[in-house]
Amino acid sequence: MAHLFFGYFAGMITITSILVVALRNPVYSALSLLIMFFHVAGLFITLHAEFLAAVQVIVYAGAILVLYLFVVMLLNVNRDDRYHSQWRVVAFVCVPLSIEFLVLLSGTMGAANRQPASLPVEPHTADNTLAIGRTLFSTYLFPFEVASLILLVAMIGAIFLAKRDIGENEAKDVTRVPGAQ
Amino acid sequence: MTVPVSYYIILSAIVFLTGVVGVLIRRNIIAILLSVELMLNATNINFVAFSDHLQDLGGQVFVFFALTVAAAEVAVGLAIIIALHRSRSTINIEEFNLLKW
Repeated sequence: MAHLFFGYFAGMITITSILVVALRNPVYSALSLLIMFFHVAGLFITLHAEFLAAVQVIVYAGAILVLYLFVVMLLNVNRDDRYHSQWRVVAFVCVPLSIEFLVLLSGTMGAANRQPASLPVEPHTADNTLAIGRTLFSTYLFPFEVASLILLVAMIGAIFLAKRDIGENEAKDVTRVPGAQ
Repeated sequence: MTVPVSYYIILSAIVFLTGVVGVLIRRNIIAILLSVELMLNATNINFVAFSDHLQDLGGQVFVFFALTVAAAEVAVGLAIIIALHRSRSTINIEEFNLLKW
């Protein structure tokens, strides 16, 4: 049963992630990425990470994808989108990665059979969210604060970058106000 | 009857490779950012699979941090795209060679 679920989710994740790269229209790419996010959330549920599945759906599918679609609609560019002609660079990067992948594949097949969870397995905590919260606010408290700092910096940077030239606008407003009077 | 962890490694390797290929061959900057999201999700799958395999919640906490970084990256990246589109009125990556030597 677990294998069946894993097969379904893995197949859908693979197909939709290939479609993200292969489709020409960015809107279709973003929508297939949405399907992929939902299936990754399903995979998280089968891995007993319910809180992360909910966060995946809310943050990725709810916030990030909407931001992408918003920018795609705002810029209105779904034409003139062809592939690079840099197949040499792609081959140069992907052939070593594929070889490494094959080595990994042949190596982990033996390792996974050899080591069936020899660790002392504690019983699954019933409340995944509670356990994550305890870990996050005790062991990983400082990285959590750093993450909040990253979000603050990203927010300020995004506002500053996307705003039309700030100095000129203020100068224009100053000159416009006496003119209006 | 649990799924062995090597299957998850293979799945995330496939997704990561797809993301790398997408970053390298696409010309649209939005599609490139979507491929970066694919790579981040591949690492997330790996983190959660090992968190379940080793019965350690640290992996799930790190997925949380990766999510934070992904959100920040998307916000800043899309702001850069909007600024670029305002100055050049295109988002084809081959039009931007200002930093090329």
